[in-house]
Amino acid sequence: RHRSRREQAQIMEVGQLQRKFVDYTASLFCEGFLDAQFTQLQQLQDESNPDFVVEVVSLFFEDTEKLLNDLTRALDQQIVDFKKVDAHVHQLKGSSSSIGAQRVRNACIAFRNFCEEQNTDACSKCLQQVKQEYSLAKNKLDTLFRLEQQIAEAGGAVPM
Amino acid sequence: MAIATESEFHVLAVDDSIIDRKLIEMLLKTSSYQVTTVDSGSKALQFLGFHEDEESNKNQPSVSPINHREVQVNLIITDYCMPGMTGYDLLKKIKESSYLRDIPVVIMSSENVPSRINRCLEEGAEEFFLKPVSLSDVNKLKPHMMKAKAKDDQEPTKQGPEGSETPETQSVQPQQTPAQSGNKRKAMEEGISQERTRPRYSGLTVI
Repeated sequence: RHRSRREQAQIMEVGQLQRKFVDYTASLFCEGFLDAQFTQLQQLQDESNPDFVVEVVSLFFEDTEKLLNDLTRALDQQIVDFKKVDAHVHQLKGSSSSIGAQRVRNACIAFRNFCEEQNTDACSKCLQQVKQEYSLAKNKLDTLFRLEQQIAEAGGAVPM
Repeated sequence: MAIATESEFHVLAVDDSIIDRKLIEMLLKTSSYQVTTVDSGSKALQFLGFHEDEESNKNQPSVSPINHREVQVNLIITDYCMPGMTGYDLLKKIKESSYLRDIPVVIMSSENVPSRINRCLEEGAEEFFLKPVSLSDVNKLKPHMMKAKAKDDQEPTKQGPEGSETPETQSVQPQQTPAQSGNKRKAMEEGISQERTRPRYSGLTVI
């Protein structure tokens, strides 16, 4: 079947985007941003729930931003309520673990140790670390989802 | 029609984390179960029709107690760490209720604490899953629901071979009339066969 130049260009574009997507995904796993749990999420996604991963991750973003604000405020208090701080970090550790955001989760584990020690300075540093890891994770995931969107818009299927 | 399939099973999932609720809901739906999610133990009890008044729980007629609820729940899966009522507290309340105790309960936790796990299992939890929960974990739920359904289907007054299996439950009952059963499927079968000598198992009675 004869393909027009336009169709040929489109097929090439989809192929390039798909390769980019596969390479980018691999790098995220390689660099430890994502772990096997993220793959679980991707595997659960199907035709009847085509946006599942984006939806869960969006919930994670919302929830985390709120938690980070709560943590900032809690550590800013004259007398720090470490139980409260620990509860927030526990929640963040759980949610990051549930979506496979490995580096965020690991930063939370370190954070909890300092909560136990009731060390305000160390906790503040940990909070900065968690914020940084979250910011990185968010950028990476946003980029990944954007690539998916580009593939779909170019008429291709997202390789899983 | 009479064969129990996954879509007949209704699971109540309890978790204060919105992310984890979404995840468990997806896992359960993928396994073809009907799902209801709530964000607290107290909302779970509310959904189950539990009454805070202890007296009313003790006095619930133990004739087909499971069928007394408006909504049939075949299994409860709950997070352990929740503010207010923990998953363990919820488990205890369920097992203390003559009305709810036969519903299998599964606990989930992000923390691997052996004493916690043992405590829950001793209190009557069927399974303890470490988070994040996987599809292979969810695959372990079916046998518990099948078992509970089979028990539910058995004639409570039957003193035959099955009577000795569950000595502490509602097996010792005054003779009941079939019409007292509230279970929809049972009611359907009541009309067809008055014969009570043959115990039904796993709802495989052919209509």
